[in-house]
Amino acid sequence: MNELAGTSSSPKVMDMATAVSRFVAGGSVVAIEGFTAFICFAAAHEIIRQGKKDLTLVRMTPDLVYDQMVAAGVARKMVFSYLGNPGVGNLHCIRRAVEKGIPQPLELEEYSHFGMVGRYIAGASKLPFFPLRSYTATDLPKANPDIKFLHNPYGEDEIAVVPPINPDVAFLHAQRADAQGNTQLWGLLGMQKEVAFAAKKVVIVVEEIVAEDIIRRDPNRTLIPGLVVDAVVVEPYGAHPSYVQGYYDRDNTAYLEWDKMSRDQASTEAWLQEWVYGVPDRGVYLEKLGKERLATLAPGELWADGVNYGRYA
Amino acid sequence: MDNNDYSPSELMIVNAARALKGSRVVFVGVGLPNIACNLAQRSHAPELELVYESGVYGAHPARLPLSIGDPTLVSDATSVVSMADLFMYYLQGGLVDVALLGGAQIDKYGNLNTTVIGDYAAPKTRLPGSGGACEIAINAHKIFMIMRLKGRAFVNKVDFVTSPGHTADRAGIPGGGPQLVITDRALFDFANEEHEMTLIEIAPGETVDSIQADVGWPLRVSPTLRDMTPPTVDELRIVREELDPTGLYR
Repeated sequence: MNELAGTSSSPKVMDMATAVSRFVAGGSVVAIEGFTAFICFAAAHEIIRQGKKDLTLVRMTPDLVYDQMVAAGVARKMVFSYLGNPGVGNLHCIRRAVEKGIPQPLELEEYSHFGMVGRYIAGASKLPFFPLRSYTATDLPKANPDIKFLHNPYGEDEIAVVPPINPDVAFLHAQRADAQGNTQLWGLLGMQKEVAFAAKKVVIVVEEIVAEDIIRRDPNRTLIPGLVVDAVVVEPYGAHPSYVQGYYDRDNTAYLEWDKMSRDQASTEAWLQEWVYGVPDRGVYLEKLGKERLATLAPGELWADGVNYGRYA
Repeated sequence: MDNNDYSPSELMIVNAARALKGSRVVFVGVGLPNIACNLAQRSHAPELELVYESGVYGAHPARLPLSIGDPTLVSDATSVVSMADLFMYYLQGGLVDVALLGGAQIDKYGNLNTTVIGDYAAPKTRLPGSGGACEIAINAHKIFMIMRLKGRAFVNKVDFVTSPGHTADRAGIPGGGPQLVITDRALFDFANEEHEMTLIEIAPGETVDSIQADVGWPLRVSPTLRDMTPPTVDELRIVREELDPTGLYR
């Protein structure tokens, strides 16, 4: 991959350890986003290894990725909208932190999905708030005083509003980017684009780095322009055990095992010791996981047809 | 296969799937709604457009999705959009006919709690929270609840209102609110002036008293109370062989 034109000369291309040490400070507001798909566990594990502290973790669905980070004690606060192990059940480490303060207390700031999406949109477009039809006749505004209602200046009714959010840094996984960070993503787009424009620093993590002309031959697929990207990290299988459309499926066994193992802080710490602290980087994690396990996650093929953009010389 | 041999969960799933008759666009939630909607699409409603909050419109999943963000929802879908587009244009834009929701607690007006049991600041049990449920309950034309009927779920007052049910003031709530509650033991509607949950069907072997025993308020009972319709052989085959071969939902 390093032989690709422009790769070695682009200062944005770096390894995960460099990106995390450069862009995540103690107390940072960090968003590792991706809705069920594209969840960058590689970034989370490196943040844990580097012993970052007092982070505010922002993510619509904390998933296993934040459960692991909370168990490792890197977080002070979490901003979210759905706290579950998707399709499996609860997130035991986060519950333990919230209900019992183990390994340390965790402050929660919660919204609904639409509210979080709206916060990213307002953050990305420099608006003071985002209006949405939600929260009426619920207890969510009592739980979170930042959910407010405004009088509609063009009518008689009221509308809920949520504040903008601009994370200090976002880690966003995708299929491919060029060395400048022009990023193409297909599958569940989630909120990746909105977060990329909202965050102060953006680290793109990709399965593959490709030449610029591959990107420019299909510009409609470029979700995030290099203009807002600060770093590009190449990390194949960096979203395991979540998935990347067309590259690998979710490793559901890992999600089911986490449900059992994470019910106890001691067994969780043993897991972190083995799979996070005990490996120096993602490459060793993958070796440890083994080729056979990764091979079981390969999807069948289903290609889209190409389209003619036309040549207008 | 004998169609008398079915589980309470299967009775609930097939009744939820049948309730989608006549709907075009259904917003699918995680868990039980997922299997019910997939059953509807594979049985009586092949034209049903499945919408998932992950940003999928017109899903045609080749396997039962493991979650609402499963890659099988993307492949062969009609459209995949950002979550911003999904919530703004599809849901808030008023294009969703019906949504299926579940919860840990429900009250007689269909208020749902998926946030906490106990006090919010010092919860006895911390639950997942809203996800998209709050805005779905507010914007979808109709809401069907699908949840198990068991002690402490049907309460006089929910500990936390995550998704609103029927309220006296409908300002700010464009949707029509809860219409049906489909459980493993009984079926309820809200078709009365007060929009209060009313027992309309019970599973074979249940009585009004056995249902009332697990409901935390004096239950209204329909004068035309009848038995829930059992699953057909074909419905059971789709659930067991196609959708849930490992018996996760039995």
